[in-house]
Amino acid sequence: MSEKEEKKKGWKDLPIGGVLLIPGSAHDYSTGGWRKFRPILDEEKCTDCKICWVMCPDSAVKVEDGKMVGFDLEHCKGCGICAVECPDKVKAITMVEEEENK
Amino acid sequence: MAVEEKNTRCQVGLTGNSAVAYAMKQINPDVVAAYPITPSTGVMEEFSSYHADGKVDTELITVESEHSAMSACVGAAAAGARVMTATSSQGLALMWEVLYIASGMRLPIVLACVNRALSAPINIHCDHSDSMGARDSGWIQLYSETVQEAYDNMLQAVRIAEHPDVLLPVMICLDGFITSHAIENLCTLSDSEIKEFIGQYKPRHSLLDTDNPVTFGALTLQDNYIEIKRQQSQAMDMAKDVILSVGKDFEDSFGREYGFLESYRMEGADVAIVILSSAAGTTKVAVDELRRSGKNVGLVRPRVFRPFPYKELSEELKGVKAVAVLDRVDSMSSFGGPLFVETRSAMYGLENAPAVIGRVFGLGGRDYRVADAVDVFELLLNIKDTGNVDKVVDYITVRE
Ligand code: SF4
Ligand code: SF4
Repeated sequence: MSEKEEKKKGWKDLPIGGVLLIPGSAHDYSTGGWRKFRPILDEEKCTDCKICWVMCPDSAVKVEDGKMVGFDLEHCKGCGICAVECPDKVKAITMVEEEENK
Repeated sequence: MAVEEKNTRCQVGLTGNSAVAYAMKQINPDVVAAYPITPSTGVMEEFSSYHADGKVDTELITVESEHSAMSACVGAAAAGARVMTATSSQGLALMWEVLYIASGMRLPIVLACVNRALSAPINIHCDHSDSMGARDSGWIQLYSETVQEAYDNMLQAVRIAEHPDVLLPVMICLDGFITSHAIENLCTLSDSEIKEFIGQYKPRHSLLDTDNPVTFGALTLQDNYIEIKRQQSQAMDMAKDVILSVGKDFEDSFGREYGFLESYRMEGADVAIVILSSAAGTTKVAVDELRRSGKNVGLVRPRVFRPFPYKELSEELKGVKAVAVLDRVDSMSSFGGPLFVETRSAMYGLENAPAVIGRVFGLGGRDYRVADAVDVFELLLNIKDTGNVDKVVDYITVRE
C-alpha cells in the first residue's frame, strides 16, 4: 500500500501510537518542496571525493559507479551542507536561489 | 482456598516503599531506569539491592536525571521491554515532556509515584500536586490508600498497561511518608503467583525486531496527528473495562477486591466526602464516629482517577444531599482542586443533584486529622438542613 492511501485511513485503522510499519517510507515524502536554494554542481571542479555524499542529511547526493553525478531534487531540501563541506580547494557546489533556476 | 485464608497468609510488615520495591522485584521487569528523589528514594534503594544481589534479571539504568530516566524507559519500552520506574515531586515534573511521549507512543511503562508537594516553597512532604499536574499526560492513574493497595496496584498495573486494548503507561500513586515510610501489615503473594498473574509481555512492536522494522516517534502533522490522539483517547476509555476485569481476576485469585471506587458506609448516607489515598483512612474514622451518634455520613474514595470514573462516581453520590470533595492539591484556578472540578462536573445534569463543595487540604504534608473530617461532615449536614452553601470552594487545615 502506498503512503498516500495509508494517510486516508480513519483513526481505527491507523497503526497505533503513530508507529510506521513500512520501512524506508521517508523516501515517499518529498522534502524537495522545502528547497529555497538549489545546489549546482560544477562537474569540471568535482574530484569525486564524495564528502558531500557522506554529509548530506537527506541522502540526496547521487553517486553512480563511484562518481558524484548530481542531486536528487525530490529530496534535497537545499540546506547547503554539501556546498560548505565540499573541500575549500575544490568548492564544486554553489547554492543558487530556486527563483533563478526557473 | 477460602477467601479468608487467602487474605491472611504471608503477613509481613513493610513500608510503602519496601512493598513497591518488593512488587518490582517479584515482577522482575526487563528494564528499570530511575533517579532517586525523596520520598520515593527507598523504592530504588531497595530495588538496587535486589539487583546487586542478583535477585532480578533486570537491566538497571542509573541515569543523571528524571528526564533521562523516563527517556530511557521510553527507549527500552519501544525496544519491547517490560519497564518500570519510580519518582516523586520535582522528579515527576522533570519527566514532564517525556511522560506525554510515553503515552503518545503507547508504551506500557509502570511508574510508582510517591506523592510529594512541588516547589516553591520547597517541601518534601505529601500532597498530590505532582501526579495531579500530570493528570492530562495520558497516563492511567491509580491512587492507593494503604501499603497493601500500593503493592496490589503495582501488580495490576502491569496487566492493565500491557493489555492490547490499552497499551498506556500507568502511574501508581501512594502518599509520601504517610504511606511510603509507614510500616503496615500486608499480605504478599508468592513469586509464582505473580508470574502467573502478570504473564509474559508480548510487545506489539519492537525496535529490536529487525525482521519487522518499525519507526517510533515519526513526525505526524495535520494529516494524521488527530487520528493518533483519537486512538489514545479510545485506549483510555477501553482501560475502564480492563481495570475492572483485571481487578476481578485479582479478586478471584487472591481475594482482595478492586474497582474504580471504594464506598464506605454509603448506605442511606445523607452527606459524603470524596477523597483520595491515605486521607480516606482518616475520614473513615470520622465516618464511624459520626455514624455512632446517628449521623448518616459516608465516604467515596476513587481508586482510579485516570480514566475518570464519572458514571460510577455520580451513581454512587446521586442519593446524597451534599458532597464535599477534598483535594490534596490546588489547581490554582480559583475554583478548587481537580477532583472537585471533575466530580462536580460528573454530577451535572443529575436529577436532584447534591450540593457539591470543594475543599483543599493537607498541602505540603499538613496534617489532616479526624477532627478536620468531622468539621467537614458537620458543614455538609448543615448544608443538607439549610440548603445554604456559603463557600463553594475553600481551604481547610490552614491557619487563618
Ligand atoms: S564534496 Fe565536492 S568534490 Fe567531493 S564529491 Fe562532492 S562535489 Fe565533488
Ligand atoms: S543542499 Fe543539503 S539536502 Fe541538498 S544535496 Fe546538499 S546537503 Fe543534501
